[in-house]
Amino acid sequence: MKEFDVIVVGGGITGAATARDCAMRGLSTLLIERSDICDGASGRNHGLLHSGARYAVTDKEGAEECIRENRILRRIASNCVEPTGGLFITLPGDSLEYQENFVRCCRDAGIDAVPISPKEALRLEPAVNPELIGAVKVPDASVDPFRLTDANIIDAMQHGATILKFHTVTGFVRNNGRVCGVRVTKPGVIRSQEIRARMVVLAAGIWTAGLIREAGINIGMLPSKGALVIFGHRVAGMVINRCRKPSNADILVPGDVVSVLGTTSDKVPFEGIDDMRATPEEVDLLLREGVSLVPALSHTRIIRAYAGVRPLVMADSDGDGRSVSRGIVVLDHEQRDGVPGLITITGGKLTTCRLMAEMVTDAVCAKLGVKAVCETALRPLPGSGKAHKDDEEVPYFKRAAIGRHGTEVSRMDFDLGHEIICECEQVTRAEIKYAVKTLGVRNISDLRRHTRIGMGTCQGSFCIKKVAAVLAEELGEPLREKEFIDEYLQERWKGITPVFWGDSLREAEYMQRTHKDEI
Amino acid sequence: MQENNISAGNLEQCLKCNLCTLVCPMMAVNAHYPGPKKAGPDGERYRLKDPQYYDYALKYCLNCKRCEVACPSGVMVGDIIQAARLRYAGHNLRDWALANTDLVGSLASPFAPVVNGVLGLKPVKSLMHAFMGVDSHRTFPSYSARRFTSWMRRQDQGGFDKFVSFFHGCYVNYNYPQLGKDLVRLVNAAGYGVHLLEKEKCCGVALMSNSMGAQARRQGEINLASMRKAIAAGEDILTVSSTCTFTMRDEYPHVLALENAEVRPHLMLLSKWLYQKMESGEVSLRFRRDLHLKIAYHTSCHMQKLGWRNFTLELLRKIPGVELVEMDQQCCGIAGTFGFKKENYAYSQAIGGRLFDEIGAARVALGAQSDPGFVVCTECETCKWQIEMSTGVPVMNPVSILAMALE
Repeated sequence: MKEFDVIVVGGGITGAATARDCAMRGLSTLLIERSDICDGASGRNHGLLHSGARYAVTDKEGAEECIRENRILRRIASNCVEPTGGLFITLPGDSLEYQENFVRCCRDAGIDAVPISPKEALRLEPAVNPELIGAVKVPDASVDPFRLTDANIIDAMQHGATILKFHTVTGFVRNNGRVCGVRVTKPGVIRSQEIRARMVVLAAGIWTAGLIREAGINIGMLPSKGALVIFGHRVAGMVINRCRKPSNADILVPGDVVSVLGTTSDKVPFEGIDDMRATPEEVDLLLREGVSLVPALSHTRIIRAYAGVRPLVMADSDGDGRSVSRGIVVLDHEQRDGVPGLITITGGKLTTCRLMAEMVTDAVCAKLGVKAVCETALRPLPGSGKAHKDDEEVPYFKRAAIGRHGTEVSRMDFDLGHEIICECEQVTRAEIKYAVKTLGVRNISDLRRHTRIGMGTCQGSFCIKKVAAVLAEELGEPLREKEFIDEYLQERWKGITPVFWGDSLREAEYMQRTHKDEI
Repeated sequence: MQENNISAGNLEQCLKCNLCTLVCPMMAVNAHYPGPKKAGPDGERYRLKDPQYYDYALKYCLNCKRCEVACPSGVMVGDIIQAARLRYAGHNLRDWALANTDLVGSLASPFAPVVNGVLGLKPVKSLMHAFMGVDSHRTFPSYSARRFTSWMRRQDQGGFDKFVSFFHGCYVNYNYPQLGKDLVRLVNAAGYGVHLLEKEKCCGVALMSNSMGAQARRQGEINLASMRKAIAAGEDILTVSSTCTFTMRDEYPHVLALENAEVRPHLMLLSKWLYQKMESGEVSLRFRRDLHLKIAYHTSCHMQKLGWRNFTLELLRKIPGVELVEMDQQCCGIAGTFGFKKENYAYSQAIGGRLFDEIGAARVALGAQSDPGFVVCTECETCKWQIEMSTGVPVMNPVSILAMALE
């Protein structure tokens, strides 16, 4: 393989945005991901596009970054962002003085925070706890992390980047101490392969901590687990936050057609980071707190629970790991550790992914002596923009696809693919074909991330055999249908088991009986 | 952990088993209709996100509620669809005219001979087909020159010490007062006097299926207020139409959010009331022995949803000369105003096809191939129009049959 200008390790949102920025600045770029795009923490979060209000009181700089990036993403990724607006509600027992200070801090950070009366809050969002004593309207929004990552990946490819999925970086190629590439393996092949590049960027979230040790470097990182619960439909149309010091389960986000409640924050050992599961205790905790935000959550069906890992980075000066930063961290390992050719980007948030990419790409360009400036905030991502004329009647089978992929639907062939395969999420054959062709998938779990297949109420119980048949056909591997179903159902169980009650339990039984050969 | 899962229309109870899809009469004949599961709980999740996901193919729902009868999880599939149509769909002048049975009826009634004549003329039918979208195969039920209510006000009901109230409905009032008279005869024979409600408006079913929810709600409030007064006076409220009954019992609370819990147990079809009175021994009626009728009983969709057909069947069996066949429960396809719209005519007839075949088979089973005494019996007036138009077999409400059988 040729030598690249830059290798980005990690196919989450940070890596994807970095690959896009590098490629747009004319660098020959390779992104390596050990699994599928968005399979780590990027696919296991709230899907909240912060206005910055949550950080306004404690972290003004972070809040300012958020509101800037919030405005940019609305502009460049209109198909990924839904401008739902957000409310910070104050409940009896919370302090209205905190709310006053909160509004002041928001305004200092440039966030348009408008205090409204409890009555007005209930009119805007009838689902909020009617006992509220105060409310503030903020420009929070809902963002689909899968779509946002895919859009960055597609744009990177359109600017010439190469994407290597399902390849694991096992070490670095060194020359006189300089990192000049990586060693990668792929499943089923014992020998590793060397790929060379002038710069290597680590954007692997919490997995960076393990990788970087291969270069003889140590970064103080702590895995912090965040558990979340998905409810079956939209209980509230706006993002609902609790107006108090950030705590457990105080945000409810309307994500696509579901509601996501979270999150917890617990330090966990490194051993568990590859297999994060929400526990029934965490679900209990989330429910208990969530009900005070939106009372209907006490009886709304839960589809599943899941957990992601935030990479908390310890400040270098801090020995015992008490002060962690959630801000953006760019580590130039030449300067910091005397290892040229290697840069780490970590910290930050989903909302600030573009800014993180800009910062690390600036660092890469400086090392390579490239003068190109960042244009990622100016150019819309693939899919962004109007997918149809205002007066055009859009056929029903196309609407869900437009909602997810925006203008990218022009690349889908609905003439032969308008049949709906996944009924809960209204995924058509055309959308499946598009995902297979554009983003590359191994199995149904991969397909799910790029289309929402099986993410709905039945979790695939009803349509998974159809999906498996269509996928096998599209991949040209007709014998793998059963394997696809096995893998998918096992993965789904992981999120269903912590919420084994009510209708989820009935659904699980139905699933088990329908697929008794597979489970 | 949660104690139970409840959402509007029991949306989240849906396990996606698709039993509803299996029983939907429209699914079987129309590829454009997404089916009850997709139109109902599946579609609702998307509509909750954004009304732009409203699918205009929901207009094909017949509101027959067979999906709800079939659902093993208690999802109010039909109610979810009906409520979505009220919220998101628009309507035109034709729909307005078809839906306002009350207003149109009271305008047409005084000029009944003229209106009936004109509406039956071929050129008028063609014009309505072309410009209003009312299918030319259909004939409007003829209007009666004298309303039921004006007849009723002249009846002396003073000789009774027990009373019921009668919700007559638009069809009895404007089109077929005889059915109301039959009810009065039966109830009087049972020893009860009949009162009209203080105020009665159309139940609103046609308004609802044509997306005029606000008006339906206003009319529902008026009806419920009158019924509460009747109930306070110790009267049950009797009806003759399965659709009006079902609408006021189930759609009022589920679709129009009208609280009717205290009215519901007192609001019923005559057959349920009469059967219970006879079973308890309070009422005994004597039927003629010389009435030789061969009856094929058709369970209308809303009768199936009410679950009351056995009351009717048992009463009919008490008439000595009656031979009765219960037909398989199929939709006739007209679904109220649905079948009157020209774009729906073909679907309407395709759905009804299976029932029409059943009627033919019932006729053979009763040995009534050339017998003028063969009738179809059903509680629904729009089923009556559809069956009479499509098969030529006369259709009678069980109330009329029972009244005819009185000694």
